[in-house]
Amino acid sequence: MKFFKRHNNVLPGFGVTLGFTVFYLSIIVLIPLSALVFKTMGLTWGEFITTVTAPRVVASYKITFGAALVAALINSVFGVLVAWVLVRYNFPGRRIVDALIDLPFALPTAVAGITLATIYSPNGWVGRFLEPHGIKVAFTPLGIVLAMTFIGLPFVVRTVQPVVEEIETELEEAATCLGATRWQTLVRVIFPLLSPSILTGFALSFARGVGEYGSIIFIAGNMPMVSEITPLLIITKLEQFDYRGATAIACVMLLTSFTLLLAINLLQKWSRRHAE
Amino acid sequence: MSAPIHTVHSSKSPTGRAQTEPPVVRRLLIAVALIFLALFLALPLAAVFSQAFEKGLTVYLAALKEADTLSSIKLTLITAAVTVPLNLFFGVTAAWAIAKFNFTGKNLLITLIDLPFSVSPVISGLIYVLIFGLQGWIGPWLQEHDIKIVFAVPGIILATIFVTFPFVARELIPLMEAQGKEEEEAALVLGATGLQTFFRVTLPNVKWGIIYGVILCNARAMGEFGAVSVVSGHIRGMTNTVPLHVEILYNEYNYTAAFAVASLLAFLALITLMVKSVAEWKVRQQLENN
Repeated sequence: MKFFKRHNNVLPGFGVTLGFTVFYLSIIVLIPLSALVFKTMGLTWGEFITTVTAPRVVASYKITFGAALVAALINSVFGVLVAWVLVRYNFPGRRIVDALIDLPFALPTAVAGITLATIYSPNGWVGRFLEPHGIKVAFTPLGIVLAMTFIGLPFVVRTVQPVVEEIETELEEAATCLGATRWQTLVRVIFPLLSPSILTGFALSFARGVGEYGSIIFIAGNMPMVSEITPLLIITKLEQFDYRGATAIACVMLLTSFTLLLAINLLQKWSRRHAE
Repeated sequence: MSAPIHTVHSSKSPTGRAQTEPPVVRRLLIAVALIFLALFLALPLAAVFSQAFEKGLTVYLAALKEADTLSSIKLTLITAAVTVPLNLFFGVTAAWAIAKFNFTGKNLLITLIDLPFSVSPVISGLIYVLIFGLQGWIGPWLQEHDIKIVFAVPGIILATIFVTFPFVARELIPLMEAQGKEEEEAALVLGATGLQTFFRVTLPNVKWGIIYGVILCNARAMGEFGAVSVVSGHIRGMTNTVPLHVEILYNEYNYTAAFAVASLLAFLALITLMVKSVAEWKVRQQLENN
């Protein structure tokens, strides 16, 4: 077992710290996660396929992934705008706005959930203005998109922001000297520099939306086939003591998350190479 | 990232003529960004406090003093008090091994440490039910010996440790890598022991990084909902954390009380953001001084 091979180094404590790291990682993360995979393998292939392709389950995938996609797109547009405004322009209160961007990370999801549901309910602060126009947000799929946009926003801003900071103005000066208009510079010089980070932020926001539970269930309405997200369906199955069903669906979700994680890692590698 | 680039960059005027948009466009973009943020971030934050105090301070305080609320606060504090030190210890240990040494499989290890962030909270709770639940791997054995893990406090703590697992480690690893190991090597050559080196050289250098990781870990530990909801069993006054108590009050149409309890968590979020901003600034400063 020379998997973790140590190279020459005078600092002490390598064996102990690495040993503890691997031990703690195994008991908290790896073994519990493998339980999910092993439990799923207890099902026959036929059972597994029937469970994960049942109409109600498929409808929940469509809602979850569809809403996460829309939310990630909204966040990509506004996230880039916010990152740009925060780095490039000066305005009063910029520091406070910058700190507030991380609110969705810091605010517990249940609090976000009940608050969004209240604001966007037909007599809420925002909902009362939308209601007369026939726009219903709370208790519809639109509410799911809204909650996912809220929790995904910091991912795009915080991946794009450092890249905007790193852009050297010489590039823009050169483009201007060569006769480019500001619009051409933005589209042909700035945007290509930002695009890897925008894609990464998009993927992070999408991945977060797909797994999200707490902020969504209060505003979604949770109607089977219409506004029921996959994580909620897992909980419903658990409450009905359908452990096999819950496990099978969870396994599909887990595989999707790992695929997304892999894609995000590759994107980040690509953008790092791109930046050099 | 070398220091000179930073100085060039910070001296950059944001209003250089050819490098910026016309004032009208600039103001328009700022306005659109701020309206979007006001709608999505500021409004919800204001709504929490406004709803909480809707019926006055007396009703607000009464909701907080209720016995079930107090016991949920106690459970949340216990959970954070167990979770944060464990993950802090792990984070520092992992960062030492990963940042100060070279070994095969390092990137894989970093990816695995980050894993809990990409798992849905619901699944983070489910996996513990699959192991410790009645139909789980060691559930029957636990029942024979009358040990309760799932639908009890230990389950809540385990699920919370899982979801907050990466916070300290992922902040410390890049920071300790950036600081290199020359200072530690010098301390060792001068005759310091390993632990002395760590406490007197490494720790002061990464202090703000640790504070940053701990404050985020704590915020998530106190605010986690999905994972805890799966393993809790929702027994009022027994296995209810603050976020779960908010849900129960809300579902009972007791909105004022729900928002009163939620305002505690929102307040915690604001403190978290403040400490985080300061820590971020200090870390940046320290890296630039290096």
